[in-house]
Amino acid sequence: MAKYLLLKHYRGNPASTNDVPMDQWEPDEVDAHLRYMDDFADRLRGSGEFVDSQALLPDGLWVRYDGEGRPPVTDGPFPETKDLIAGWMIIDVDDRARAVELAGELSAAPGAGGRPLGEWLEVRPLYGDAPTVTD
Amino acid sequence: MDEALLRRLTPEVTGVLVGRGADFATAEDAVQEALLEAVRTWADEPPRDPKGWLVTVAWRRFLDLVRSDSARRRREDLVTDEPEPGAPRDTDDTLALYVLCAHPALTPASAVALTLRAVGGLSTRQVAAAYLVPESTMAQRISRAKRTVAEAGLRGEGPGDLATVLRVLYLVFNEGHSGDVDLAAEAIRLTRQLAVLADHPEVGGLLALMLLHHARRPARTRADGALVPLAEQDRSLWDTAMITEGVAVLQAALARDVLGPMQAQAAVAALHADAPSAAETDWVQVVEWYDELLALGEDPVARLARAVAVGEADGPRAGLRALAEVDAGVPRWTAASAYLHERDGDVTTAGRLYAEAAARAGSLAERDHLTRQAARLRARSGPSAEDDPGPA
Repeated sequence: MAKYLLLKHYRGNPASTNDVPMDQWEPDEVDAHLRYMDDFADRLRGSGEFVDSQALLPDGLWVRYDGEGRPPVTDGPFPETKDLIAGWMIIDVDDRARAVELAGELSAAPGAGGRPLGEWLEVRPLYGDAPTVTD
Repeated sequence: MDEALLRRLTPEVTGVLVGRGADFATAEDAVQEALLEAVRTWADEPPRDPKGWLVTVAWRRFLDLVRSDSARRRREDLVTDEPEPGAPRDTDDTLALYVLCAHPALTPASAVALTLRAVGGLSTRQVAAAYLVPESTMAQRISRAKRTVAEAGLRGEGPGDLATVLRVLYLVFNEGHSGDVDLAAEAIRLTRQLAVLADHPEVGGLLALMLLHHARRPARTRADGALVPLAEQDRSLWDTAMITEGVAVLQAALARDVLGPMQAQAAVAALHADAPSAAETDWVQVVEWYDELLALGEDPVARLARAVAVGEADGPRAGLRALAEVDAGVPRWTAASAYLHERDGDVTTAGRLYAEAAARAGSLAERDHLTRQAARLRARSGPSAEDDPGPA
């Protein structure tokens, strides 16, 4: 088993095949999209492959340490050009092929006109534990 | 409350129910419920015959489950017959349960989860924690696994054999996380129990392999979790009693003269366990055992380990030549190459390869170890032209 992070982006990923911004969809197309996402997560719960799913606000800022006794420096909001993560799902699957298969299904969520969104998702393996037998 | 006793009795009790004609999936649920009942009540009033108690309670729970089910499905009369009297064939029933849980129709992760619950007697919560997934996910994985086993049975697909069981137990041992449940110790317990049920040298081989590796565990990581390579381990920390047992189990298995991959791997582990230091290891014999292992079937991981052993037996140049014949895509190939280059005195190449290997490592502990190696060699070889020399 291996865990993978499926990352959705607000921006910074290549353009989707059905590249119409969500605010220009019909309301029932938005509903269908959200329902698809919920069903997808439920299906993974049912197959015993679901670990976690979270969505992120587009809002955010940079923060860094600025020396002893000083408050951290902040910078924000993010510029329009920054790669921006929208959310993630963590799955626990048998192998990479299964992770790719599931990411493909997630990317097929319906968008404008009810057609698949074809959104590019980032698939990242998580570190596992070191094996015991190493000889 | 004797949790160890409960866990040991779990597969026996499930085996008895299945032996009485109960379907495996429902029987397994019924036993889990009986275990919870035992945890609740035994503290105040422990039964004189724990196993008989569990069988009675689990059988009652099984009938309840079937009745509530058959109210819908109208097949009550099939299963509510009183059990036949007479002693159940515990040994065969328990062994059959091991084999069922390692059914070839299951994915490795499902077989592992099902084995830990149905044979190991762990709760779903414990199995979930051991593999770092939500309890609801693990519950689904286990119930799907039971469904898969049942469906394969209906299609007439028989369960696996001892070899599939050994693979599952090896996975439990080798790929466990270190949580509340010590999966390595659990794998050893289950293999020890299997060795009583199934008289086969490869079961002994696997048990020996596990014991010989587990014996080194206290030396394998530092207190902060950093990996300590075999050559640098404090061998006084090795568990000598466990090594003695592992070697004895291995010798008994090898005496049967039916070599298998588990025995060959255990033989390598025994040679390491027997050596007072890395330098005093009988590397020639280690290479010979890898040759035996490879003669049993191609195994790129074993071929990689053999190349490293050749590097110790015949020198790093010979090791690098052996490594050149191994597919460079095998995990740890780059790390092995880095190690052999350092032994060969090529510190610069070794440092570069360690950094490369760190970027490809599959676990944080390995990544950190390889990064330390790269940093150590960089400090030794001094800054090269393209590097920032940094403060002196």
